[in-house]
Amino acid sequence: MHELSLSGAIVNTVVKHAEGRRVTSVNLRVGRLRQVIPETLEFYFAFVARDTVCDGAWLEQEVIEPRLRCNACEIEWPIEIPAFRCPVCGGAEVVVTAGNEFEVESIDVEEAQCIARG
Amino acid sequence: MHRTRVKVVEDALDANNTIAAANRADFDRAGVRVVNFMSAPGAGKTALLERVVADLPGVRVGVLEGDVQGSMDADRLAGLHVPVTQLNTDPSFGGECHLDANMVRSAVPSLALDEIDLLVIENVGNLVCPAEFKVGEDARVMVCAITEGEDKPLKYPLMFRTCELVLVNKIDLLEHLEFDLDRLLYNIDQVHPNVERLLVSARSGVGIEAWREWLLRIAAREEVGV
Repeated sequence: MHELSLSGAIVNTVVKHAEGRRVTSVNLRVGRLRQVIPETLEFYFAFVARDTVCDGAWLEQEVIEPRLRCNACEIEWPIEIPAFRCPVCGGAEVVVTAGNEFEVESIDVEEAQCIARG
Repeated sequence: MHRTRVKVVEDALDANNTIAAANRADFDRAGVRVVNFMSAPGAGKTALLERVVADLPGVRVGVLEGDVQGSMDADRLAGLHVPVTQLNTDPSFGGECHLDANMVRSAVPSLALDEIDLLVIENVGNLVCPAEFKVGEDARVMVCAITEGEDKPLKYPLMFRTCELVLVNKIDLLEHLEFDLDRLLYNIDQVHPNVERLLVSARSGVGIEAWREWLLRIAAREEVGV
């Protein structure tokens, strides 16, 4: 159901930028920390997209692996389990440098031909 | 017809965040601090509110109750003579499992902001979606009952990471359960290092004084801008 809510947010963002044009593809960047299951998002997106310019559009998902940085040690590392303390100093001055993304990067739209056939 | 790629580069939740900022501006203008109160269903949010909302010296509290259906929680709190507004999410497709900024916006006109100092928004019981949607809050608080198990921070890290206080509730049941409290606290710390947490029981009253004091501190907090 998480993916259902997020699908609504994607469609709203895309509709705004499509300006009435039919959308054939939505290119999304999703950080793994968002705990999105790609297949589930794809399923709900197709459902929520009905009766909008996104109807039938392909949802392309680029999954971003999470990385953390310790400001005290100035090191950066990838994480596979949710552990947000620095493995070197044990400190909490840790920031997420990648993995929180949930961004519509671009969309592919159909444009009417500008030049009329002679 | 030909195809064109349109560069967007926009957080899909930007629209929600913009409305949340508008809510926050309205709350700030009225001098009202706002707490977004979240947990899994049945963790004890309403019971923990019943314990404190009518007894915060010098602070007038209002509650916005988010539920999929019904007004059971609102009815419980209305008995304490605090203003309670019910928000049901079921008519809104795609938004039934959490409150978003727009739903809260729709309730703002009925909130009588000039008559309260602190607004507690009791979100829909759910550890997933509410964490994604800002509603215009100053602070987020979650309840984690020990009956839910030690592993919940690891399963729902976003919720634990976005809250500044974790209330570990039902602590009175500790002696009856095979529950490893140190393991839960360790897991909370792994997911959100140094987050403030309080061991409480809405039933026995353990920790309730500290919970009350925490709310008083939030109510006294200066606005920090959106």
